[in-house]
Amino acid sequence: MTAKLEWLGTRAVMGLAVLSIVIPLLVIATTALEPAGSVNTGLSWPVHPHWGNFAAAWSFAGFSTLMRSSAIVSVVVVPAGVILATCAGYVFGTMDFYGKRLIFGVLMLGLAVPYEAIVVTLYYNLKSVGLTNTYLALILPLVGAFMPFGAFWMRNHFSNTPPALIEAAQMDGASDFTILTKVLLPNSRAALSTLAVLYFMWSWNQFLLVLIMIQDPSKETAPLGLALFVGQFTSNLPLLSAGTLIVIAPVMLVYIIFQRQFIAGLAHGAIKG
Amino acid sequence: MSTSLSGQETAAAPPRTAAVSRTVPFSRRRLSRKWRRTLVAYGFLLLPVGFYALFMVLPWVQTVIVSFYNWDGIGPRTAAGWANYARVFSDPQLREAVIHSFELMLYFCVIPIVSALFLTALITGPRRPRWTVTRAILFVPQVLPPVAIAVMWQWMYGGSGFINQVLRWVGLGSDTQAWLASFSWAFPAVGLVGSWVTLGLCLAFFIAGAQRIPIELYEAVAADGGGRLRQFRWVTLPHLRGEVVIAATVTAIAALSAFDIVFVMTGGGPGVASIVPGLLVYQLAFTSDQIGQASALAVVLSALVLAVVTVLRLAGRERS
Repeated sequence: MTAKLEWLGTRAVMGLAVLSIVIPLLVIATTALEPAGSVNTGLSWPVHPHWGNFAAAWSFAGFSTLMRSSAIVSVVVVPAGVILATCAGYVFGTMDFYGKRLIFGVLMLGLAVPYEAIVVTLYYNLKSVGLTNTYLALILPLVGAFMPFGAFWMRNHFSNTPPALIEAAQMDGASDFTILTKVLLPNSRAALSTLAVLYFMWSWNQFLLVLIMIQDPSKETAPLGLALFVGQFTSNLPLLSAGTLIVIAPVMLVYIIFQRQFIAGLAHGAIKG
Repeated sequence: MSTSLSGQETAAAPPRTAAVSRTVPFSRRRLSRKWRRTLVAYGFLLLPVGFYALFMVLPWVQTVIVSFYNWDGIGPRTAAGWANYARVFSDPQLREAVIHSFELMLYFCVIPIVSALFLTALITGPRRPRWTVTRAILFVPQVLPPVAIAVMWQWMYGGSGFINQVLRWVGLGSDTQAWLASFSWAFPAVGLVGSWVTLGLCLAFFIAGAQRIPIELYEAVAADGGGRLRQFRWVTLPHLRGEVVIAATVTAIAALSAFDIVFVMTGGGPGVASIVPGLLVYQLAFTSDQIGQASALAVVLSALVLAVVTVLRLAGRERS
């Protein structure tokens, strides 16, 4: 009897926790379906859902351009970042060389430095070479900023490789490049895809860097566009809500597809280090 | 990695066929081999470290240098000595921001970690359901764009928002207000969004850790007549030390470098009621053109993060 009560209590508390996470999402979803001009941002069932708000928000805020910019940045940053993190992780995870501890230590400091301490001078640097207001002003810094975590992540993965595997390949005369691409990478799909998903989310969600580097509306990414949209159309809450859901959609989609391996892998991989 | 005997025996073979070795005694042949490996390693590291050096290390070092100057971003720099740093601790607005960053740690670290430990205590023990769906839902705020989170919570806290709606339901209609416009509530309101974001991350760490605890330990405590509370105190909690340290580190960094959510939700206002260092660095640099002052605050913030991370690392090491 007490066991059953305990079980019910546990379920109730967990249910409450889930509700607290879900309610803000429900609020934005129901608000997005209210008629234009509604100021109700509470939780209420949309009796006459206005699906047209999504199309209106898409064209008002210019989401075609915003989504394209975000996509361009992600499509370059994710593969470039993952490839370079793999190189660094291979070296730190499997090789012994001079300066290893020092270089790795300096890289890991990057995990703790607040990005606000970087972007101001970074802005003036990139401005002096004429790169502000270009996609490169987002892509290059993001590859650099994601490197500490990527190197850490891939090092943890590669350092679990049995040394005999690498030694055997070296005995066969395989070069380091061959060992990495033919021996190690085929067993790294989970680590690589988790890292790619993380890089995608971080580059898609990035706000501060875009806010500082981009003034040209044709180069704005989705989160910046949303923030400016919020500033402009404070009166049309349903439209803003629809816009918010549009910005969320890509990361949510990726998360739903990968969530199972993603959470377990992340919690596990981060703790091994 | 262990030393392979075969590696030592094939000394005459071409360099690449020798095995990676770390524990063999020093010798001239090994040294030159290690130098060769060093060259290969640096080759692989050229681009990754190059990007990091150019877009992280260099700007940070420049920030430190600029913090000792007065600079408006266009004209010449004039030396400022330590004046910019002195102002971080004497100027009321800057001091307010630094104090807020400590308070944010309460919202980003302490509240979520304690709540997540409580939830973990409820769902771990001799029986072990996996709660996969619950965990996945609670993790969602971690993947959402902070800008979108800020918009959602603006709605939640708004005059006709959900929080006020609930207050009216329970008969506290007279307490309803526009929370983000309130001098006393804006900051806690923003802070609680931080708790909302990091709860799922902490829980994911703790559940992953708790799943590795051998069930026999719970059974042993249960056999001695220990209830859920004792199982948590003597089995779960000691085994989660590492996870708690990691969760505290990650969330503390998030707290101290908070920017997006505050920028969109309140802009630091009303007045400076919800100002945080990250936002103030941005405002000083780009709206008041005080790059030197902004840099000094940014350096103080970096030092603060490093100090907190170091303390947490020491705490984690000492106890394990």
